[in-house]
Amino acid sequence: MKNMNKYKIEIKTMAFKCFLLAVPFFIFSGCSTDETQTVATFTELVMQDEFETDGAPDSSIWGYDIGTGTNGWDNNELQYYTDRTENVTVQNGVLIISAKEESFKGSNYTSARIVTKGEQAYGRFEARIRLPYGQGIWPAFWLLGADCGPAVVWPQCGEIDIMEYRGQEPTTIHGSVHGNGFSGGEAITKSYSLENDRFDTGFHVFGIEWAPEYINYYVDDVLYNQITPADVPGEWVFDHPFKIIINLAVGGNFVGAPNSETVFPQTMLIDYIRVYKQ
Amino acid sequence: MAVGCEREISDEVEFATLSNTGEVFTDTPIGLGSNFYFPYEGSKATAWSVDDEVSYKGSASMRFDVPNANDPEGNYAGAIFRIDGAGRNLTEYDALTFWAKSSQATTLAEVGFGEDFGENKYVTTLLNLSLSTNWVKYIIPIPDASKLFDERGMLRYSASGIGALGSEVGYTFWIDELKFEKLGTIAQPQPAILGGEDVVQSSFEGVNIDLTGLTQTFNLGSGLNQTVSAAPSYFAFSSTDVDVARVSEKGVVSVVGSGSATITAILGGVRALGSLKIESSASLVAAPLPTQAAANVISLFSNAYTNVPVDFFNGYYEGSTTQTSDIKLGDDDFKYYTDLNYVGIEFKNPAVNATNMNFLHLDIWTNNVAVDNFQIKIRDRGSNGVIDTNVNTGGPIEDDKEIIYTVTASEITSGQWLSIDIPLSGDIASQKGNLAQIVFVGDIDFLLDNLYFYK
Repeated sequence: MKNMNKYKIEIKTMAFKCFLLAVPFFIFSGCSTDETQTVATFTELVMQDEFETDGAPDSSIWGYDIGTGTNGWDNNELQYYTDRTENVTVQNGVLIISAKEESFKGSNYTSARIVTKGEQAYGRFEARIRLPYGQGIWPAFWLLGADCGPAVVWPQCGEIDIMEYRGQEPTTIHGSVHGNGFSGGEAITKSYSLENDRFDTGFHVFGIEWAPEYINYYVDDVLYNQITPADVPGEWVFDHPFKIIINLAVGGNFVGAPNSETVFPQTMLIDYIRVYKQ
Repeated sequence: MAVGCEREISDEVEFATLSNTGEVFTDTPIGLGSNFYFPYEGSKATAWSVDDEVSYKGSASMRFDVPNANDPEGNYAGAIFRIDGAGRNLTEYDALTFWAKSSQATTLAEVGFGEDFGENKYVTTLLNLSLSTNWVKYIIPIPDASKLFDERGMLRYSASGIGALGSEVGYTFWIDELKFEKLGTIAQPQPAILGGEDVVQSSFEGVNIDLTGLTQTFNLGSGLNQTVSAAPSYFAFSSTDVDVARVSEKGVVSVVGSGSATITAILGGVRALGSLKIESSASLVAAPLPTQAAANVISLFSNAYTNVPVDFFNGYYEGSTTQTSDIKLGDDDFKYYTDLNYVGIEFKNPAVNATNMNFLHLDIWTNNVAVDNFQIKIRDRGSNGVIDTNVNTGGPIEDDKEIIYTVTASEITSGQWLSIDIPLSGDIASQKGNLAQIVFVGDIDFLLDNLYFYK
C-alpha cells in the first residue's frame, strides 16, 4: 500500500514534468487504419516472364507437356496438349492458352500445358491471369515437385496448387497442397470467392509465398489462406525444388465434361509470371 | 444589330436527374406512386396484393393469386407495374432480381420488365420460370443497361393456372425483395436473332418480315446461362444491301427490290448469333379479292373470311421435298411452297363437311415457268374418321374417296395470279361430308391464297 501511494505521487510529478517539456513522440506500429493487407513480403525478383515478345513462349524458360499423359493426365481430362500456335502463343503482351474443340489424334479437344525448365524451392510465385469460363473448363497455375517421376511417385514429390478453377463456378478459385496422405480429393484446400466480380471478365493476381514453415495464398490484395505443417495429415514435403506449370484442361474429374452451353474456343490470358525469393 | 443573346447557365444550377433507385418492392412498393398496377385484358384484375403474413425478408411480400380457368373475373393473372411518375435511370444496374416461392411447384409463364403500355421499347422477359415451394432468388439480366436511362416499366408478369388447357387450377406465388441490382457477376453476353439460326428465305418485293427469336443470354455467377427475350430496340440491325431489303429499328424487314441481302444485328456491341438471308425475286401483288358471300363459304386460308381449323399446310410426308413458309404483304397472308414434288394440307379436327358446297377455290402465283402439270387432289376420309391411303399409289383406299384436278403447264403464266375453281364432282359428288386433305403435285414454286369451299 505504501508503495502505491508513492507511485501515485511520482506519476503526478511525471505528468507535470511531461507537460512542461515537449510532448514525447509516440510511434504507432502494428494495427494501422489502412485496411489493405500486406499480402506479399518476398521482394527479391529472381525470375520473370512479362510475355513481351510475340510468338512462342521463351524456350529458355518454358517446355511443353504434350499429349494425353496416362488416362488424361491421371484425371480423365479430355484434351490433347500441343505446342502449336493455335493452343499456345504470346501476343500483345499476354500469353494466350487456347482450349479448342477439334478432332486431334484421337481427342476431341486440344489445349496447352507449359512447364518451367528451371526449378526452385521456396519463394513467392505470382501470375496475373484472365481466366476462361464454362462447364468443363479447368485452368490451373501450380507447382509440381521437380523430382516427380518413377523414382519419387506423386503425391510424395508434392504439389502446390496456387490457383485452380472450375469454369462452371466463375467467381471461385481454390488453393491447395497435395502430399502423401492428403492428395486428390483429400488435398488440403481452401477456396476464395469474389463477391461482386468474376474471374473471367478481367485480370486478377494469384500467388503464394512459400517458406519452410508455411505457404500463404493470396488473390489480388487478399491473403485468404495459410497452410503450415500442422495443417497437413502427413509429411510436409514442400521442402525441395518445384517446377511451375500453367495449363488449361478440358473435362476431367475436377470439373466434368463440357456441355452444349460451353463455348469454344476458351482462352486463358497470362499477363506475367514473377518469382521472388524471401 | 442583335446577335443571339445567350445567358450562360449559372454554376449553381442542378440539372434534374431521374431517380436511380433500384428497389421496387421490399415491404411495400418503393417509389411507384399510387396508380401503378395495370392488369392485362382478360386477366383477373385483383390477382395482386401485399401479404403481411408471408415474406422472405422483412414484414411483407407481394402476393399473386393465379385464378382457376373458370374464374368469372379472368382466367389468368397478368399485369404491368408502371411508375406513376417519371421513369428511373437504371443504367448502372445489370439485373432485376427477386426472391419467390409458390404454393405449388409450377412454371410461371412470363416475368420481366420494360413494358409501359406506351412504346414498350425495352421489354425484357424471362419465360417459363420454375417456381418451387421454397424461397429461391431469381435473376433477370438486363440485355443492355445503357439503354435504360428513363424506364417506367418496373415489372411485368403473366401466369395461368396448373393443368390441362381450359381447366387450369389456380395457385398462389409470392415475390419479395424485388429490386434492380448491380451484381457484378453477370458476363459473357451471347445475343441472338432468329434463335441463333442462319435462315435463308425466298421472298418478294413488297413483303414485310418480322424478325423473331430475339434474345440475350448471359452467364450468371452461378455458372449457368440465363436467356431472356429482348425487345428489338436493344438491337442495332443492318442489311448488306438496302436496295434489296432494309430493316427498321423495330426489327421489321422490308423487301424493296430483287436480289440477295443478309440481315444481321448487334446488341451492346456484340454481334448477335443468327441472320436472315433474303433471296428476293420480282414484285408481288395481292391475289384477286374473293367475291363469294361469307355465308356460302367454308374457308381454309384467306384474309377475306374466317378460317376453319387447319392441322397443317405441309405434312412433310415421306419422300416430299416441299418446304412451306409464310409470306406477308402488308396485311395479306400467303403460303409459299418451294421445292415442290408433292405436299399435303390436312384439316382433320374437325374434318370439313362440304355436303352443301359445290366448289373448291384457290389462287396460285409463280414466277417459274411450269414444265409439268399441276395437280390438286381433294380427299374425303369417309366415316371411319381416318385418311386411308395406298402407300404405293398414293390413292384412296378403305372408305376414302378422292378427285384429281389437273391444271396444264400451259395454263400457268409466270408472274400472274391464276384462279382455280374445282367442282366437287366425280367420286366425291356424293361423299364430301368428311373432307380432310388437299394434296398438290407439281414442279413449281408457288404462292397459295384464298383456299376455300363455296356453294
